[in-house]
Formats: sequence, C-alpha cells, structure tokens
Amino acid sequence: MLQYIDIGPGDIALALVLVGITLAISLWQHLDLHGDLLVGSVRAFIQLMAVGYLLQLIFNLNRWYLVVLALVIMLLVAAGNAYRRQQERWPQLFFVMLLAIGCGGLLTLTIVIAVVLKVKPWYQPQYIIPLAGMIVGNAMVGAALAVNRLTGEIKAHRDAIEVALALGATARQAIIPYLRASLRAAMLPTVSTMMTVGIVQLPGMMTGQIIAGASPAAAVKYQIVVTYMIAAATALTTITATLTAYRYYFTPNHQLKPPLKNTAA
Amino acid sequence: MNKVKFELKDVSLERPDCNSTGKRPTAIILNRINTVFLQGQITAVMGPSGAGKSSLLRLLNRLEDPGTGSITLDGANLKDLNIFTLRRRVGMVWQLPTLFPGTVAANISYGPRLRGIPPVAAATMARKLIQTVGLTAELLDRPAASLSIGQQQRVSLARTLANEPEVLLLDEPTSALDPTAAANILHLMADLRSRLGLTIIFVTHLPEQARQVADRVLLLSHGEIIESGPALQFFTAPRDPRSRLFLNGQLEG
Repeated sequence: MLQYIDIGPGDIALALVLVGITLAISLWQHLDLHGDLLVGSVRAFIQLMAVGYLLQLIFNLNRWYLVVLALVIMLLVAAGNAYRRQQERWPQLFFVMLLAIGCGGLLTLTIVIAVVLKVKPWYQPQYIIPLAGMIVGNAMVGAALAVNRLTGEIKAHRDAIEVALALGATARQAIIPYLRASLRAAMLPTVSTMMTVGIVQLPGMMTGQIIAGASPAAAVKYQIVVTYMIAAATALTTITATLTAYRYYFTPNHQLKPPLKNTAA
Repeated sequence: MNKVKFELKDVSLERPDCNSTGKRPTAIILNRINTVFLQGQITAVMGPSGAGKSSLLRLLNRLEDPGTGSITLDGANLKDLNIFTLRRRVGMVWQLPTLFPGTVAANISYGPRLRGIPPVAAATMARKLIQTVGLTAELLDRPAASLSIGQQQRVSLARTLANEPEVLLLDEPTSALDPTAAANILHLMADLRSRLGLTIIFVTHLPEQARQVADRVLLLSHGEIIESGPALQFFTAPRDPRSRLFLNGQLEG
C-alpha cells in the first residue's frame, strides 16, 4: 500500500493560494469574477467541513437509524432540488420527484449493498453513505432534466398530442414519443460519461481511492460497479418520474388539460 | 327526415380565463347551446373569432367535456360511451395537418395500428385511402413532411378516415391552404358525404364555403347560437339581424 498524505490546516490555507491567484487576476483585469469566487470558496469550505464532521459523527456512532435518517434527508433535499429546477411546477410534483428518486435510488442502493458488495452489516456508513450520495445526486439531476424536458415537449406539441387522442390513442400512447425524447435527453449525460470514462476523464471516486492508497486495479473495479450503479439509478428514476409526471397533464378520460397559467420560472 | 346524430341540450362550457384580472376566474365559451346535427348532413359552423366554434367541435369527440348540459350520439350520452370508440366514430381534422414524423403510410395507418390491425392489412387500407382523398399511391413511402401543405391536409383526412368514422369534424380545414387546395378539400367533403354517408360538421369563416357545400348553417356569437337553419334560407332570408351583419362582414367578435 502506498503512503497516504494527511492534509493539515496549514495545507488548506496553502490551497487557498490557488483561489488567490484567480482573485488577483479577476481584480486586475476587471473581470468581476472575484465576488462569486469568494462566496463560492467560503461556502465550499463551510459546507464541506460541516458535512465532514457530521459524517464523522455518523461513522463513529455507527447506528442503523442514523444512517436511515441521513438517507431520508438526502432524498428530501434531492427531491426539493429537482422540484425547484422545474420551469413548470404543480403541487404534487415534489412528491413525484420524491417517489422517483426514492424508488430508483433505493432499489439500486439495495442491490449494490446487499447483492454486489455484500456489506455486513448493511448500514456500515463507510459504504452506504458515499454510494447513496452518488446515486441520489445523479438521480436528482436525471429526474430534473427528464421532467423539465417532458413538460417542454407537452407545451410544444399540444396539437400533435390531441391529434393522437382524437385518433383513438390513450394518453400514454399519445405521449410516448415525447416520453422517449425526455428519457433520452435525461440519460445523455450518463451515457456519454459511460462512453468516455477512463479515456477523457478519471472519475472523482476512483481518483479519491487511488490517492487514499488503493491500487488502481482495485479502484477500477469499484468504478465499474459505480458506473453501472449510476446508470441504473438514473434510468430507473427518470422512467419513474416521467411515467408518473405525464399523468398530471391528462384527465382520467384521456383529455389533455388546458395549459397551466403559472408557468413562471 | 334524417335521423338525429348529435343532440345537444343546454350545453355550457367555461374555461379558466387567462386574460382575467382576477374578477372572474373563468370565461364563458359556450352558453346553453341547444341544437341537433342530422345524419348525412353537412353543417357549417360560422361566427366571429372567439364565438366558440372550435370548442363546440371539441365537445363532440370529448377532447373536452361541457361544464353542464348533455350531448348524445345516436341517442346515447357521450359520457356512457367508451372514449376510444367514440373518438374513432367521430373523427377530427384541424386547420393544420399536424402529421406525425414518418412516412405518409405510417400516418394513415396510425389509427388502424392502435386498434391492433396487422401491418399488412393496415398498409392495404392506407393504399385505398390515399386514393379516396385524391392522391397517388407513390406518395405512401414519402416522408410526410416532404408533401405540400395541401397534400398533407389530404393525408390528415385519410388518417382520420382510416378509423372508419361516422362523423367528421373539420376545424377550418382549408384556411391554411391556397384556393385550389381549399376547393379540392371542399369537393372531397361533399364526395365523402354522398359516397360514405358521413355526417360532416365543419367550422369555416368563409360564408362562400358554407354556400357551396353546407345543408345547414349554425351561426355562433359569444358562445350562443344566433341562427341555425337550412343553408339556402340562411343565405337568402336570414332571420336574425346579426346574421345579416355577419353576411356583410360586419359582425364583430
């Protein structure tokens, strides 16, 4: 095993030199970057320190209910975030997001923890917390993209949807071309990452493992599992989200509801 | 006397009012409509814009439901009919063809394929229907988007006819077309009525079109029927003063 270099407070301060250089250039060239950059640097520091201590606490206590609590909070925050990113919001949409990220995320997480890695006990924070973080984060982005695209498609293609309905299509049959387009759009980032992983970029988790002392051969195996896991979670979440969300736009009698009034962002 | 196809009793429709400043949240689109449409007749629905013409059509195949009142088809309440059967029996064509991506053949066989008709039989239907609407079978394999707008509108008519409807609803079917293509669609409507016995209800803003093909005229304004009766009488001796204004192009919406 290779040597692992621990980072001390002074080392972090030295890393700030990197930010300092860009701040200086921004001020010198009047690029107006320094405000955002400064706030971002401070926020990143505070957030990461806070989450670091919180995770340390969960790791030390090692209780299943604390892990479950952390998962629940992750899901709620992710659903809220996916909801807020929508151009068109309606009250039940938050719960659609929660359901989709919950179903897609938990199913994938369960399989990875229980079947692939066979973690015992299942709630070992070292495994479940980082894996859940990656799953929920990707599922959130996928769900937000997919539903945003779907509502946009419905708005743009009301005519064609009603033509299909008038020809005897069910709401589901009328919407399916737009559902497919939304899923493709939402899966595009994940799929293109899968296509280029290891060639164009080294994933953060793998890099982290290597720095922490794992051999590249071992890290790569984890990365393969994680790549499949993220693809599955994103796909399951976006499918659940779009298949649930489209129903809101139709009446039970397969009629397209009139356009929403509050379409403000 | 022809059999009653549609009967509307006290039909009213309100919709959320997008322009309202908050005083009244809904706009009255149709107000207590009472009328009948007879089998095998061509009815022209006319009136200034915003009169509720398109909305009236949308109630007949249940793309929307009225707030109050009842509509029957052959004596059966629309709400008691299977929605998919109803929409196949009552076909609709819009101002714009709105063809689906894909070939002309795929468009025409969309309805039959939904009904589970095998591809070969659906293709045979498409071949027959493209001729019914006056186009040649060579067009079947062309991308629908490559056709002229007039041809596309005929394809959209063939697509609707593929469901073998009893009633055709046409919402300003010629207003996106040039005069020749428009005249062709009108001839086609008259032809379909006489050959297939279709009941046709079409919205038009051109009294001339109604004069050419309609048996009956229904004039709407602000969601109410102003005059309804035989086309001949409507054009020669309109009863309502507003009908005379409309025929002179002076009835405002």
